[in-house]
Amino acid sequence: MKALAHDATALYDVPGPRTERRHRLYGVLSTLIVLGLLAWILYLLFDTGQFTYTKWMPFEYKGIQRLLLRGLGNTLKAFAIAAALSLVLGTVLAVGRLSDHRAVRWLATLVVEFFRAMPVLVMIFFIFVALKVQPLPALVAGLTLYNGSVLAEVFRSGVNAVERGQGEAAFALGMRKTQVMTHVLVPQAVRAMLPAIISQLVVALKDTSLGYLITYEEFLHAGKLIASNLDYDLPFIPVVMVISPIYIGMCMLLSWFAQWVSKRQRRNPKVEAAVVAPAEPGTLLPGVQ
Amino acid sequence: MDVLTSNFSTFAKGFLGTVELTVYSSVLALVLGFVMASFRVAPVGSFRVFGTVWVTVLRNTPLTLLFFAVLLGLPRFGLVLPFKVFAILALGCYTSAFICEALRSGINTVPRGQGEAARSLGMTFGQTLSMVVLPQAFRSVIPPVGSTIIALAKNSAIAGAFSVTELLGTYKTLSELGYNIIWTFFWIAVGYLIITLTISAIFNVLEKRWGVPR
Repeated sequence: MKALAHDATALYDVPGPRTERRHRLYGVLSTLIVLGLLAWILYLLFDTGQFTYTKWMPFEYKGIQRLLLRGLGNTLKAFAIAAALSLVLGTVLAVGRLSDHRAVRWLATLVVEFFRAMPVLVMIFFIFVALKVQPLPALVAGLTLYNGSVLAEVFRSGVNAVERGQGEAAFALGMRKTQVMTHVLVPQAVRAMLPAIISQLVVALKDTSLGYLITYEEFLHAGKLIASNLDYDLPFIPVVMVISPIYIGMCMLLSWFAQWVSKRQRRNPKVEAAVVAPAEPGTLLPGVQ
Repeated sequence: MDVLTSNFSTFAKGFLGTVELTVYSSVLALVLGFVMASFRVAPVGSFRVFGTVWVTVLRNTPLTLLFFAVLLGLPRFGLVLPFKVFAILALGCYTSAFICEALRSGINTVPRGQGEAARSLGMTFGQTLSMVVLPQAFRSVIPPVGSTIIALAKNSAIAGAFSVTELLGTYKTLSELGYNIIWTFFWIAVGYLIITLTISAIFNVLEKRWGVPR
């Protein structure tokens, strides 16, 4: 018997020879359809003159390359600052939510729930327009508030997911709450949370492109500048074709890193006990983390 | 308070715009997500590859970039539609990737034995799917689909920046009229809270009615 490529579902049995032949036929047909679609898109691209020299000329110029690289640098800068700050804010809010004092817990919950329920763009616009902050700090602040709140939930559920006996044993040894947290619960939780944290950072990286909407000079903004240049015959499609692989590639690398970490950890017996719910954006449903 | 009462029609128009965007895009996202999820669990290899590529690419695309490409790019091919339709397309396609993943993991939570038992009773593929697997999968996907739809409602704010009428865009009109910007944003925030809390209440009801008892 052949090894089944897809053994995790309840949907169908191992196919027999006739079914396999039929599946192969479907496979060939659908591949042909997809290839046809791609060819049609390519034809459209050629037909509307997207591959003319004038449209691709700008990418040969040093100045334009530098403009794009500066945009990319600004994107990465905003991402780095926002990621670092949201980790800090997430930690603070998670400490608040796990606090023994009801007032602190209540306040932290309010902050977390509010910022998770608000569109991140509304916060960015509020800071940018109403508080008249520069684009970079506005973008970073908006991203930090949102991702920090989501990360706080990740941290909290991670700490809560550590086996109960661990905390109880530590308390029984006479440790204080701070000691239990820093020596016992958090080290174990961080290992289990790492994939969820990195996935949330992917969201932050994707959201740096919102800076484009508040005229922060990031990657997309640089692309827009080139795309709206009449000298190069408005090379909009070429710009999209250059920019999107880079953007998507960066996010994919980070996503793969998260998957790699979680796969590595699945083999690690030390963290097997704790499974953290993934960081869903803005879950307001009770019973779901 | 003044800002709301004297501009109620502006706010209402924006609010309805956001609701409209959310409803249409979530219908599109649910349909596309269902199709892609069935591709991803299909026995045919090339279907699976197509579904996987769709999900991987869209999940890693910044939504602003997608809006940028769709709203400003598609007209270059002579495809001229109202901006609202483009916005719905972009939002729906983007969200379909997340819906697809939620549905797929829901199907994977159904134990294999369920399908095997159904087949050994002589049920056809269609019967197995519609009477055994999907009813069970449906129960476990309510919460993740709910949070995806909430995320969609929040993401629709981006459409406003591309000159589609929606809630966030109302600030521009009102600040030009000289109203207090902070209160404007306060009411915009209230509007978004109403929308997200409503969606979450709907899915709470669904969860109570059909969810897996935990």
